Amino acid sequence: MPKHEPILLKNMSQPGYTGSLPEYEKTGGYQALKNILGRVAPGDVTQMVIKSGLRGRGGAGFPTGVKWGFLPKDYHGPRYLCCNADESEPGTFKDRQLMERDPHQMLEGIVLTCYAIGAESAYIYIRGEFVLGAKILEQAIDEARRAGYIGKNIQGTGVTVEVWVHRGAGAYICGEETALLESLEGKRGLPRVKPPFPATHGLYNKPTVVNNVETLANLPHIINRGPEWFAAIGSPPKSTGTRVFCVSGHVKRPGNYEVPMGITFRELIYEHAGGMRSEKPLKAFIPGGASAPFLTPDHLDVKMDFESVAAAGSMLGSGGVTIMEEGTSMVWAALRLMEFFYHESCGKCSPCREGSSWLVQTMRRIVAKRGRAQDLETLTDLCKNIAGRTVCAFGDAEVAPIMSTLKHWRSEYLALIHEAEAADLIHPGLAVRGH
Amino acid sequence: MLRETYQKEIDDILSRYPVRRSALIPLLYLAQQDNGYITEAAMIEIAGILKLTPPQVYETVTFYTMLNLKQVGKFHIQVCKSLMCALVGSDTVIDWIKQKLGINPGETTPDGLFTLTTVECLAACGTGPMMQINDDYYERLTEEKVGRILADLQSTGSCTLKTGSFMWPEPVTIRSEK
Repeated sequence: MPKHEPILLKNMSQPGYTGSLPEYEKTGGYQALKNILGRVAPGDVTQMVIKSGLRGRGGAGFPTGVKWGFLPKDYHGPRYLCCNADESEPGTFKDRQLMERDPHQMLEGIVLTCYAIGAESAYIYIRGEFVLGAKILEQAIDEARRAGYIGKNIQGTGVTVEVWVHRGAGAYICGEETALLESLEGKRGLPRVKPPFPATHGLYNKPTVVNNVETLANLPHIINRGPEWFAAIGSPPKSTGTRVFCVSGHVKRPGNYEVPMGITFRELIYEHAGGMRSEKPLKAFIPGGASAPFLTPDHLDVKMDFESVAAAGSMLGSGGVTIMEEGTSMVWAALRLMEFFYHESCGKCSPCREGSSWLVQTMRRIVAKRGRAQDLETLTDLCKNIAGRTVCAFGDAEVAPIMSTLKHWRSEYLALIHEAEAADLIHPGLAVRGH
Repeated sequence: MLRETYQKEIDDILSRYPVRRSALIPLLYLAQQDNGYITEAAMIEIAGILKLTPPQVYETVTFYTMLNLKQVGKFHIQVCKSLMCALVGSDTVIDWIKQKLGINPGETTPDGLFTLTTVECLAACGTGPMMQINDDYYERLTEEKVGRILADLQSTGSCTLKTGSFMWPEPVTIRSEK
């Protein structure tokens, strides 16, 4: 059994816990809010979060307190907090659980953040498909408002924080923070050119912080137990705390597992998720959502912290770990993800909009055994001309599956192309015909 | 007209935002809920409420996959076909539904009851293969489950196999160590 103590999943791991306000309060819920609001200066709250080492759990891993610190100090107009609950990165399904099973944990984090950054309004931007999640959050907000944890003059401190749920409508790109802001403003979700950053020009051009659900859910615990306690968990000094990793694919027990950062992929896959589902051994895994380059069994002992995974040539990203067994075609797998990115490209930048279409066409041709030797060069060339040449990180993300499978499993691409060429020799013309 | 039926809801939505245009997607959802899809008349009316031009409304509507500009079936089946679900059999699920309903992705049954669509990741990767039907998720699908879901929806309009508040793996009572 795991030796560590869960933090974020602790309450919901108790059988029968429904996440209602009285139950949350019974576990010490809203104590952090009572101890902070009106008693500790907002700047000191930010300092605590910086000291804890908490980094964003949405994908980029930016230090949370530092992000808050970028808000202008001399600006006295409205500021906003947006909670990024757009969870759309393939392989990731933790925020859904955090919101639906323990909504007040995240709401308390939202109020604490608003207090620290001086925001009186917070919007929870939740992906449109999470209809149940949105309903649960709205009920929880009503409960919290009635109990005086949300709204005007919270607990008699004079602090005002209003929280609203805003549903997206089906667009992966709205998880990118500036696309999220555009979408929240009622527009197409096209990422903005940065700078300026949301910290100065965010929602309605006002200073804005965008934080992920899991990031916010950590805050009450950091406040209650102290930044030093948090900073000692995981893989300090750079990857502190736990992560809720989402395990999917060919394992015995897929699901959400909260573990301290810095355990190895081997531990997560073979101890927590029960190992491979059959006798077929592990062939490949994606360590941090669809945007993270594929890794191989040689990387099983890599530590699951931001730096170690980056050093191994991938990224910890959103925490979605997808396992593939021997027998899975890596070219097919890369095509499936490429089809996702092609579908989700917002169309703002030409390299991504046009390039994703060309990549999908080339990959489909190879998988259908109609590829040509020069296709591999075409793929590499396209990828190099997309990555780093777009307004947002989507361009880098979409080339990750192809670039990494070409690196580790080039022979599989070649085998499909050789088959195509052989078929072409025997039946001239056949290999270039459509379906 | 939306305003006649939903004035209270519209006022409530407008009160949440300091800038009117932010209410666009919530109002479009209201129109879709009212009519099953978003009509041109609704877009024009919403443009009027928000002081936008109809093209500004249209350009937003066409960006988002969940906003329908055409009628869909009473039950809109959306099967996830992204890699994580595909690894555990989503292509087979799509085949089962195609066989049972006699329609291909993108089509609606002649009685107008079911529309089948394949979609990208719905954030249920650990409990795939999965599908969403209207507002509800159905996860860890098997052929038997798919059959029961479709039959239940057809006969009663609802199905108890839908996922409630999500947690996976489910919490277990810790057994005492031997």
